[in-house]
Amino acid sequence: MTDVVLATHNITKSFGSLVACDNVSIELKSGEVHAIIGPNGAGKSTLISQICGSQTPDHGRVELMGQDITSKSARERALAGLGRTFQISQLAMEDTVLQNVMLGSLGRTGNPWHFVKPILKNSALRDEAESALERVGLIDEMHTETGTLSHGKKRQLEVAIALTLKPKVFIMDEPMAGLGLEGSKDLTSLLDQLRHEAPILLVEHDMDAVFALADKISVLDYGKVIASDNVEGIKKNTVVQQAYLGGDE
Amino acid sequence: MISERHINFLTLGLLVLIPLWAYGVDEPFTITLMTRAVIFALAAVGLNLILGIGGFVSFGHAAFFGLGGYVMGILAWHAQNYSPLMEWPLLIEGTKSMPVIWVLSILLSAFLAFLIGMVSLKTSGVYFIMITLAFAQMMYYFSISWSAYGGEDGMSIYVRNDFPGLNTLDPIQFYLLCFVILMAALWLMSRLVKSPFGLALNAARQSPQRVQAVGLDLHKLQLLAFVISGAITGLAGALFADLNRFVSPNMFSWQLSGEFIVFIIIGGVGRLFGPVIGALVFVGLEHFLGGISDYWHIYLGVILLLIVLFSKTGVIGLIGKKEVHDD
Repeated sequence: MTDVVLATHNITKSFGSLVACDNVSIELKSGEVHAIIGPNGAGKSTLISQICGSQTPDHGRVELMGQDITSKSARERALAGLGRTFQISQLAMEDTVLQNVMLGSLGRTGNPWHFVKPILKNSALRDEAESALERVGLIDEMHTETGTLSHGKKRQLEVAIALTLKPKVFIMDEPMAGLGLEGSKDLTSLLDQLRHEAPILLVEHDMDAVFALADKISVLDYGKVIASDNVEGIKKNTVVQQAYLGGDE
Repeated sequence: MISERHINFLTLGLLVLIPLWAYGVDEPFTITLMTRAVIFALAAVGLNLILGIGGFVSFGHAAFFGLGGYVMGILAWHAQNYSPLMEWPLLIEGTKSMPVIWVLSILLSAFLAFLIGMVSLKTSGVYFIMITLAFAQMMYYFSISWSAYGGEDGMSIYVRNDFPGLNTLDPIQFYLLCFVILMAALWLMSRLVKSPFGLALNAARQSPQRVQAVGLDLHKLQLLAFVISGAITGLAGALFADLNRFVSPNMFSWQLSGEFIVFIIIGGVGRLFGPVIGALVFVGLEHFLGGISDYWHIYLGVILLLIVLFSKTGVIGLIGKKEVHDD
């Protein structure tokens, strides 16, 4: 339980005079759900971008399983074991749900260099994709064109793709957004199971889900970690109350 | 509204029946016209892979078409003049063999596409369009200045090249050859788009971030698509040169690159038979409207405008049912 799987060490990112991420150090241990919360503009997305490789920190480093991955591309980080969902769905909207999930399976095999045999006839990849869809509750929609799905279902599809990657770490960027009460409960229960497969770094605004899942919560405000504690500690933290949770002053 | 599959069968029917009818009533010009349409279709089928599936608007595919043409022209010219292409360090003779010319056209066009793709695919949008155009223009001006092979005037090949067992000078037999090659290219495309490579390439157009996030190499996928695309268009160039028994710098012209794009837009971007339908419509209009007025491009412009305004997926989108392709 104490092995550090993912860590950032003093990562900083500025855009002009705005410091979006200010010496942020966090750790994610195996079997753990570590939630990152904070108001809009606190730097959560910038932090995730730097962990996943779509942005490079000005200084500081990112480590996965003890290996420095700071200079690796997003693709190399995915191959190294980062499975992510996006805050704004990144999906092939003209393709079917099944095709989107099979892309994840294909990415995990790392070999798209087959040119003649239809991918949907690859029963190993297809079974894997269907099993991921079953887990997120989208199996009945597998032949649906992705662009026609509701926002909530697109979020579920993002999670299904991450599942097929069988990653060492899940990076979930607001997976509950737009899900509704029932969907949110179902996904919370799925994430609770998933933590046993790989630890989860969870950025989320749904505080019920965060409190139900998180072993540890780090609160970002103006790019800085203002608190990092377990659920009870965060709930009682007056600084966090004022900055984010909206408690009485 | 009919299904895309039915539209494809209908098009296939036209490609078979029109030349057969023309053969029956002894109208060799119609067969030649259809051969021209089939070769243009093949060139655009190549372009459709990188434009329709890959999402990169190449405005320089005439570079490959012209290269294929010049490969045929140079090899055949040396063969007909009994002068070797090279004497030192290796003796390389010209050839009149179509299969040899095709293989060389495919390989050299693929190599050129690799070089152009390495540079241009690092960009996108208007920059990609301009870089591909620039490469094709370089080839165009180079061919103009290459006086050894006709320079601005181009060069004529007096007899069509040979294919074992066929009389290639017979219009229907040459048509058959081009038709079979087009069918082979369409078969390859139909398999490619459903293959793991096709799925990844298609997704790369729609969401590059997603493709990278699952660990796939975006640049390699797009480069390979560009290479295959260039190779197919290069083969079409070799056939076109054989059809006309003439090659000239016009085969590298930007107008031709534009026409390939027009074929795809008319037929349907990213649709299997889109380039075929587009090429048939274009050659048909060129023939019939061209007979009425020298300014037939104006009518073509209006038709193109209407298609773009009313259907983003060309004629196929206009008359066909929207389908989600799964299996």
